Amino acid sequence: MHSNPPRLADRFLQFFCAPHLLEEVQGDLHEEFEYQVKHAGARRARWRYWRDVLGFFQPRYIKRKPSQYPQTYLFSLNMLHNYFKIAVRNLLKNKGYSFINIGGLAVGMVVAILSGLWVWDELSFNQYHQNYARIAQVMIKETDEGNVGYSNSVPYPLATELKTNYQSNFKHIVTSSNAGDYILTAGENKFLRKGQFMEAKAPEMLSLKMIYGSWAGLNDPHSILISASTAQALFGNTDPLNQVMKINNKLDVTVTGVYEDLPLNSVFNDINFFAPFDLWVSDNEWVRESANNWHNHFLKVYVEIQPTTDFERVSKTIKDAELKNIGDLKDKVAENPQVFLHPMHNWHLYPFKNGAVNPEPTQMVWLIGIIGAFVLLLACINFVNLSTARSEKRAKEVGIRKAIGSVQGQLISQFFSESFLVVLLSFFLAFVLLLFTLTWFNDLSAKAISIPWTNAYFWLFCLLFIFVTGLLAGSYPSFYLSSFQPIKVLKGINVVNRFAFTPRKVLVVFQFTISVTLIISTIVVYRQVQFAKNRPVGYTREGLLMLAMKSDAFSGKHEILRTELKNTGAVSEISASMGRMTQVSSNNDGLEWKGKKPEQDKNFSTLTVSHEHGKTVGWQFVKGRDFSRKYATDSSGIVINEAAMKYMGLQNPVGETISWKFRENTAYFQVIGIIKDMVMESPYEPVKPAIFYIKPINGKPNWLNVKINPSVSISQALPKIEAVFKKIVPTVPFDYQFVDDEYNAKFKAEERIGKLATFFAVLAIFISCLGLFGLASFVAEQRTKEIGIRKVLGASVAGIWQLLSKDFVVLVILSCLISVPISHYFMDGWLQKYTYRTEISWWIFGVTSLGALGITLLTVSFQAIKAALVNPVKSLKSE
Amino acid sequence: MKRTFLGEFEEIVLLTVAILGEEAYGVTVTQELEQKTGRSVGFSTVHTTLQRLEEKGFLASQMGGATAERGGRRKRFFTVTAAGRKALVEVKQVREELWGALPPQTLQLMGG
Repeated sequence: MHSNPPRLADRFLQFFCAPHLLEEVQGDLHEEFEYQVKHAGARRARWRYWRDVLGFFQPRYIKRKPSQYPQTYLFSLNMLHNYFKIAVRNLLKNKGYSFINIGGLAVGMVVAILSGLWVWDELSFNQYHQNYARIAQVMIKETDEGNVGYSNSVPYPLATELKTNYQSNFKHIVTSSNAGDYILTAGENKFLRKGQFMEAKAPEMLSLKMIYGSWAGLNDPHSILISASTAQALFGNTDPLNQVMKINNKLDVTVTGVYEDLPLNSVFNDINFFAPFDLWVSDNEWVRESANNWHNHFLKVYVEIQPTTDFERVSKTIKDAELKNIGDLKDKVAENPQVFLHPMHNWHLYPFKNGAVNPEPTQMVWLIGIIGAFVLLLACINFVNLSTARSEKRAKEVGIRKAIGSVQGQLISQFFSESFLVVLLSFFLAFVLLLFTLTWFNDLSAKAISIPWTNAYFWLFCLLFIFVTGLLAGSYPSFYLSSFQPIKVLKGINVVNRFAFTPRKVLVVFQFTISVTLIISTIVVYRQVQFAKNRPVGYTREGLLMLAMKSDAFSGKHEILRTELKNTGAVSEISASMGRMTQVSSNNDGLEWKGKKPEQDKNFSTLTVSHEHGKTVGWQFVKGRDFSRKYATDSSGIVINEAAMKYMGLQNPVGETISWKFRENTAYFQVIGIIKDMVMESPYEPVKPAIFYIKPINGKPNWLNVKINPSVSISQALPKIEAVFKKIVPTVPFDYQFVDDEYNAKFKAEERIGKLATFFAVLAIFISCLGLFGLASFVAEQRTKEIGIRKVLGASVAGIWQLLSKDFVVLVILSCLISVPISHYFMDGWLQKYTYRTEISWWIFGVTSLGALGITLLTVSFQAIKAALVNPVKSLKSE
Repeated sequence: MKRTFLGEFEEIVLLTVAILGEEAYGVTVTQELEQKTGRSVGFSTVHTTLQRLEEKGFLASQMGGATAERGGRRKRFFTVTAAGRKALVEVKQVREELWGALPPQTLQLMGG
């Protein structure tokens, strides 16, 4: 039996033994092993072999023989000088390539930096508040017949309970009202501003930066803290401290502090004043009455936990804070309310929606981050592609350097230093571009991102960024170029074999796949927005303005307002309604009708309106008639929408009686008309069944709708309307909104995604084309002689154009084929979240692919035709 | 008289190389040593000693031709240099002088 020495031992020997000794030592060992196998057996021989190998593990055998030639220093200063000199010369010599390289990379970097800043902004949301890590909002999880619901509105007694029995867990417990619009009046100045009534510790907890006054400002029950911009608006440049002002024209308060405006990436950004919670309680009787009512969820409770504990522990402790106290309320116990803390760092990215954490904000962060990285990758691919494509030009240089004595390590560092030079130049260019695009990007993304000049992490990140990009962009060319064999290169053998082109092709396909996918996605987003915008809304938005009736000043003034406004001729009709036109502010159940099935317990939109509401907003009647002052019975009349008619299953509903039990009372209604569905809420969702009535059952109308006379221009009508308002309700600022503006705001989120997607898609295709242009020009240059010979032999310009373009067209077609299923998959998933959605038609793919092909042909043809038109005499004579 | 010190093991290895003549290389020296002295010798010890002797100038070496066995690896053959021979002779003379100086009765006691 033939036996071999242990392989591992042999490997180990080869690893440590100096090369000049290895041959004899290993030979002797092997011979000895053979001998031992014969005389002592394979097992013993193997043992002995191991022992012997380990015996050689000593300095005498490990030490390498010193080379007889001097060592090459990899980082000699002279060589580094030389590398940069050559790099700069190369850049200047090929201005076109340099532009494509640096410009493309810079554009990619701008995108990457912008998306990085965007992601950073999202992640650092609310960090303006110093106690960010310990602030939370008290929330309640309830289960109603299997449906989980999360609410950040809590009942009044829960706040009291937390303070009495759980105070030790918290540094602060701040009870607060909802944020709402209030009229602020100081002297002659009055403005509608959003504010919140909070307990006195709020400024300290939220670490407001005080310009005037102190955090203790809310201790006095008749005080107010206002934001700097509000102070400027109300008091101009005079010192606002201790000035007297009014909230909603009735609460007298003194300014005890002014705080720096909260930044856009704070949830309290739009809160322009904080007033004492007690002031709000004293002004609202119903709040005082709710002090022991566990049913009414209307308070916000913010807490700061003790530094010694954490959210999870506190959540566990307060879990049953409600359940313990509602023993006799069976319906509440059935919902099993669980109290927990929602930490501030999760407010923005992990909000609750429909009984679960809404994944969209996090998805968006990932999406933007990934797209930014991809666009940068595209730019790096350009760099790699162009460098390798041009490698033949540099091959001779590599050959000569190697022949003179460069080692591979030197060449690698040469090409790396070259790529770092380009990356550095691109980075500076990118920064210049960034300064110009940042404002525009902020508009686009509705953010207030600024370059954090003073942030050390930012610069560290930039350095890392340059380093990674330099490595990414420079590694392939440097390892590839430095591996050339000098003999082959200097002899003029074509070192770039046909396989060298394959990775470049793969990269081109990759680039275009991403670009085409982005373009298709952009088109789908736009189609969806357009589709929803074109949806019939069931009323007329044009020239319709609305105005909140915030103050008691409006009560009893409706008729006189109507007459005065109509007398100006600028207004054709006005009406009052519950909530605004672009929102359903009240939903209720408890309706009964003929043939109602017991399982039909869906909520109806229940809205009180005035007689002329239909005329003002332009109801479109399907059957029946509008409310009219002529019929006294209309006070118990009701207008329903088509969705309600369908839901109730009534064939001929006009004249039917509908009863509605609201709280303790039951009202009976006569259906007088059916209108087309009005899109008041999300334009992507189906319209809910709705009823409209005159009787103020669940609250009085609190919004005023004014329809401007279509024959009068808006700019002419507005001053007239304002004059009337000033005359009749002088204490209220004339703050109005146009219904169509508000309606369009519903598309903001989608339009923003669309715009961001366009931005990325355009840049992606631009960078890809830049790369393609470079490659095409290179190929044309490389084949100059071939083209010359073909032309001499009679090839036409068209033929040569075809020859040069074909390769690229095939690649682009391939990437289109790959991107179609990818984009279909993602966009289909995106559309699923809309009930009212467009189809992904096949023409989108067709048009996009054709477009991509067209752009490719344009890019490539420029070079191809240029090459085809060259006089063959010239191209063949050269060299 | 300046004389390079020759250790006991070095002396034996040097002698063995002299005995083996043309055929002295790592393996043969080790095997010869084990047979003649009956003690197990570490392979690396022999190698190291051979190298040290060469550094001291007692041995010379050259690589042999390619071999059919041991994977075609060449052997390093050692030959004793003039200095080496001189050193051996010196050692032998010292020994003999010492033996000669031994009193006869002690020699008898040792069974000589």
